[in-house]
Amino acid sequence: MITTDICVIGAGPVGLFAIFEAGLLKLRCHLIDVLPQVGGQLSEIYPKKPIYDIPGYPEVLAQDLIDNLMKQAEPFKPTFSLGERADEIERQEDGSFITTSSDGTKIHSQVICIAGGLGCFEPRKPAVEDLEKFEGKGITYMIKDPEMFRDKKVILAGGGDSALDWTMYLASIASELTLIHRNSSFRGAPDSADKVMALADQGKIKVLLNSNLTKVHGNGSLQEVSIVDKEKNTYQMETDYLVPLFGLSPKLGPLENWGLEIENGALIVNTKDFETNIPGIYAIGDINTYPGKLKLILSGFHEAALMSHGAYRRIFPDKVLNLKYTTVNGVQAF
Amino acid sequence: MENVITVYVEEENGERTPIEVPTDMSLSLMEVLKGSGYPIEATCGGMALCATCHVAIIHDPGLHEAQDAELDMLDMVPNLTDESRLSCQIRPENAYDGLVVKILGDH
Repeated sequence: MITTDICVIGAGPVGLFAIFEAGLLKLRCHLIDVLPQVGGQLSEIYPKKPIYDIPGYPEVLAQDLIDNLMKQAEPFKPTFSLGERADEIERQEDGSFITTSSDGTKIHSQVICIAGGLGCFEPRKPAVEDLEKFEGKGITYMIKDPEMFRDKKVILAGGGDSALDWTMYLASIASELTLIHRNSSFRGAPDSADKVMALADQGKIKVLLNSNLTKVHGNGSLQEVSIVDKEKNTYQMETDYLVPLFGLSPKLGPLENWGLEIENGALIVNTKDFETNIPGIYAIGDINTYPGKLKLILSGFHEAALMSHGAYRRIFPDKVLNLKYTTVNGVQAF
Repeated sequence: MENVITVYVEEENGERTPIEVPTDMSLSLMEVLKGSGYPIEATCGGMALCATCHVAIIHDPGLHEAQDAELDMLDMVPNLTDESRLSCQIRPENAYDGLVVKILGDH
């Protein structure tokens, strides 16, 4: 069991800044995020995009902002559970919480701060009949261990960089590898596209262009997929695995079932310390809503500061909290 | 009215809801649809990086062609159609009066 003061759900810019603000009050944070790296959508969706509305930075690349936030948080020794989704929370008799992740990690914290942005990033699923029936039984959306495909028949679907990269990687692992793509060409990195087409020319893999998955079949586990081509001809192909690679899309996820008040996909909070309807659970950044809410990173930073003070008052109701300035006190590392 | 066009949203039941769209306020079609109460997440805020504003163009009065960033993203959408566009990349112009779209999202 991990023990901390604040369990922060979501390691995007706002969750990361919460470490700093909490740290100034000597509160420790453990962060949990479904993505395998910190940074949330800044690192996942637009790492190379410049941001122009961070105070003091006329222009900063999204990934650079994340790197700097990590540096800023470093003195407060945050701990992380990355690649894990916060699945359940359980309120304890003393008012503290135990958060359980999708991997079974348990985090005991005095308060919870949800900084989940637009929710958990989950794989986009193609509209294919019976797809969900075979999830975990031949169909997977993420490749964690490529060795599971050794000497197996594998079909990948998609046309982006991830589909191209995995095609190159699995070409020498799978016994038969097929890449299905709906368009006539790949728009991923040209170099990768050339390599994939070269593998196809050498007969090492099959590339089916202008083709779409329509159906999956099997008896318990996946055995066959139906494919339709541009001329509307449908045919079947045997396979052990199907991996649709269509990127990630955010979903509110398990926290929908935690008893929190939700309005238009956002958690309702007060503006004193951004506490939700459940005492001890705060929500900051894009995931919350209140009158006048602006979904800006800088609003999230402000909310992180007020949340930290609210959390302190909840955890230490008898202590007097004075606002301390870093210019006067510096940053007192843990 | 000057610099206001009508765009129609085709609903699930086939009915078309008209929306008045200003062409001189530098709004994208995504922003207009979102502002009209349609459930578009627009995760990336309009950078053609997420596809949550994916629409099908049911009637095309002559939209400008999709640029590389939009085409790259559309490649990732599982429910792509021949009429697919990202509404965040469509900047309404007076010539687009009568445009009909259907909201598809990214699933």
